[in-house]
Amino acid sequence: MGNVLKIIFQRLALGLLTLLIVSIVIFVAVNLLPGDFAQSILGQGATPEAVAAIRQDLGLDQPLLTRYFQWLGGVIQGDLGTSFAQANFASFTGTDSGATTVAQQIAPRFANTMFLAMITAAIAVPFSIFLGVLAALYRNTVFDRATNIFTLTSISSPEFFLAYILILFLAVLNPIFPSLSNIFEGMPFGERVEKSMLPALTLTLVVTAHMMRMTRAAIINLLASPYIEMARLKGLSPMRVIVKHALPNALAPIINVIALNLAYLITGVVVVEVVFVYPGIGQLFVDSVKIRDIPVVQACCLIFATAFILLNLTADIMSILSNPRLRHPK
Amino acid sequence: MHGISRRGLLKTGVAAGVLSLSGMPLRAQTRGGKLTAGLSGANTSDSWDGRTHSDLYMIASAQGAVFDSLTEVAADGSLKGELAESWEASADAKTWTFNLRQGVTFHNGKAFGADDVIESLQLHVAEGSKSAAQPIVAAIAEMTKITDSQVQFTLESGNADFPYLMSDYHLLMYPAGQIEEAIAQGIGTGLYQVQSFDPGVRMVATRYPDHYKGDSAGYFDEIEYIAINDNTARMNALMTGQVDAINRIDFKTEALLRANPALRIQEVTGNQQYTFPMLTDVAPFNDVNIRKALKYGINRQEMVDKILLGHGAVGNDTPIGPANQFYNAEMEQLDYDPDQAKFYLQQAGLDSLDIDLSASNAAFEGAVDAAQLFQSSAAAGGININVVQEPADGYWSNVWLKKPFCACYWSGRATEDWMFSTAYEAGVPWNDSQWDEKDSARFQELLLMARAELDSNTRRDQYHEMQQILRDEGGVLVPMFANYVQAVNNRISSPDTVGNLWQMDNARMAERWSVA
Repeated sequence: MGNVLKIIFQRLALGLLTLLIVSIVIFVAVNLLPGDFAQSILGQGATPEAVAAIRQDLGLDQPLLTRYFQWLGGVIQGDLGTSFAQANFASFTGTDSGATTVAQQIAPRFANTMFLAMITAAIAVPFSIFLGVLAALYRNTVFDRATNIFTLTSISSPEFFLAYILILFLAVLNPIFPSLSNIFEGMPFGERVEKSMLPALTLTLVVTAHMMRMTRAAIINLLASPYIEMARLKGLSPMRVIVKHALPNALAPIINVIALNLAYLITGVVVVEVVFVYPGIGQLFVDSVKIRDIPVVQACCLIFATAFILLNLTADIMSILSNPRLRHPK
Repeated sequence: MHGISRRGLLKTGVAAGVLSLSGMPLRAQTRGGKLTAGLSGANTSDSWDGRTHSDLYMIASAQGAVFDSLTEVAADGSLKGELAESWEASADAKTWTFNLRQGVTFHNGKAFGADDVIESLQLHVAEGSKSAAQPIVAAIAEMTKITDSQVQFTLESGNADFPYLMSDYHLLMYPAGQIEEAIAQGIGTGLYQVQSFDPGVRMVATRYPDHYKGDSAGYFDEIEYIAINDNTARMNALMTGQVDAINRIDFKTEALLRANPALRIQEVTGNQQYTFPMLTDVAPFNDVNIRKALKYGINRQEMVDKILLGHGAVGNDTPIGPANQFYNAEMEQLDYDPDQAKFYLQQAGLDSLDIDLSASNAAFEGAVDAAQLFQSSAAAGGININVVQEPADGYWSNVWLKKPFCACYWSGRATEDWMFSTAYEAGVPWNDSQWDEKDSARFQELLLMARAELDSNTRRDQYHEMQQILRDEGGVLVPMFANYVQAVNNRISSPDTVGNLWQMDNARMAERWSVA
């Protein structure tokens, strides 16, 4: 077990380094985009004086390095800062009390995104493993081919396209689910799930192919092993052979892929949230990039990066734990 | 697939049944029910601070529902009192006395009075305030409370339009002494009281009982404004019946909306205009003949047909549109005429002209296409336009007011003076053609005369003459006025006259519309 802990520690340290690099890349990239917060928020009213006033208020007139280290200093102390939009608004009213911090702004949005990710995972993971097992069982049949074609088509289509197809069939032609996922605080759980159904189904279509094909491949890979042949010779049914004997040994690669796809459910929701007007972190991210609100963009990117790093770490650890040979190294 | 949907059939069927049973006319306005609207123009940085409002979502939520101003522009364009009951001016239009409505209360129970007016207006000129309405309030030299229900404004110089200016959507009335709280929670005197507000996501408000507007306005029990900035999502929400009304429909899919019998499209021509300003202090645009050549080189009708897909009207190079009181409708329309363009080039001593036109879709949707249309129509008149596609980011600070010839838009203003003093008065910051005395001393003189003139007939003549000057010599090409186009579910009834000053019945659908 000590070995596993060491790996976790090492990986977390590397993760922190990755986060640092991500934050530098994002900071530089957002600053490389033409226009800045002052210009975009003022729009047509961007007279040189007004732009200069806002830049001075927000410290945007400071050199890039100074700003980055100021921000980094805050983050190390757990302070993600105040979004430019909020800070600018506070300077409008002449009070600081009204400004909400980035953390306060992101928290409810992130909770919504996690909710959507969980619903999607609850649908997509069992669904794709089930499909994968069936495809392995009936490999090279019409069913297998059809499943492959269907999932590969859906993963190859852009998300907004899938979203519109689902809206067309499940909201416009057959009004089963609402096309507007405007969930809000205090909404009953049932209604929340119903409203989140179309975005969840869209994301399911996006992530199914990967998980399903990995399940199928991992199982088929094992079917040639002697112990599977043994099980077959015992006269077990093919379903039992796969579920009881092949699947547990195929878990490591499957878990790996599932973890990667869960990370995608958090980081890749941007387009889906915009199409369904789902108030998650993705929409906030798009809004913030549009107005070059660097503190919010940075915070969102850090969350995305953290999700990726942690879920990857989880994937590795799970594959160690699910493999006795790795669990007890000689 | 695009025939009558099951839902649509049911809805219209039910509506028709109810109407025939009750025998009520279509326009009868009944109290009750809920309005759910999907609106664009929302931001996560939105707040109840009127000084920051600039787009439909907050204008409809604040001035359109939760807050009031002193005056209000009615759907037909006339001015009426909102929190002010009446007003008088001195003969020079410099001193204005407003009589405030009595017995009005804020949503927290506080009575409305003169102090609230003065304190609310002062917000806009406070130290460090970046309010867009700052020039309006800065023009008031003194605000005096005469009684609790009477305020006197002394202006720096006479302005006959002053009551109109008080209808500006930034100038909301907050309770004095509790302004911070009112901005944080949305406490106004409007028809609807805020229940929940999640910036950039959703706003819910319920009808304020015993409102001073009584039964004459605010027919819904509840309103919900959902922020839907994405065009397709907004159309979907309306098509699937999740919202009753949306603003800014996408012209490309308009046919689908029209095919749906449960919906209707509202279209009004207002003052929203797409323009090409040129800096009249920069060669070659300092030569009036060059400006005239360009005026004849642009094909206005083609732009309305191809850029607006017919949803608009041709402009006559003045910013005064059909929604204005003194719009000069008799003035002869400028037409595309390459020969005239050539003639004026010759007058300027040129055979052909090469100019750059800067455009970006940040100026208006289709600006680059419009510039290219202009390029091909002007070529026939010997004018070679080189279309420079500028980046959308930073367009308003790097291109507009800086490049000698570019694309631009204006949402227009309720009054002539307001529009002219924003963008055509000598020396104002947004004068995007550097239009001043060197171009027309007469125009600047008329501007000042008309501002202080209380007699409408004289003002009409003055404003007509100013529009004439702009049409003939002005530095801004105004080829088209873009309509406001919105769509409404037939479950909701709206009056015959819909306001054309802003989208969604001047953003006041919560006040004027009702359940059918």
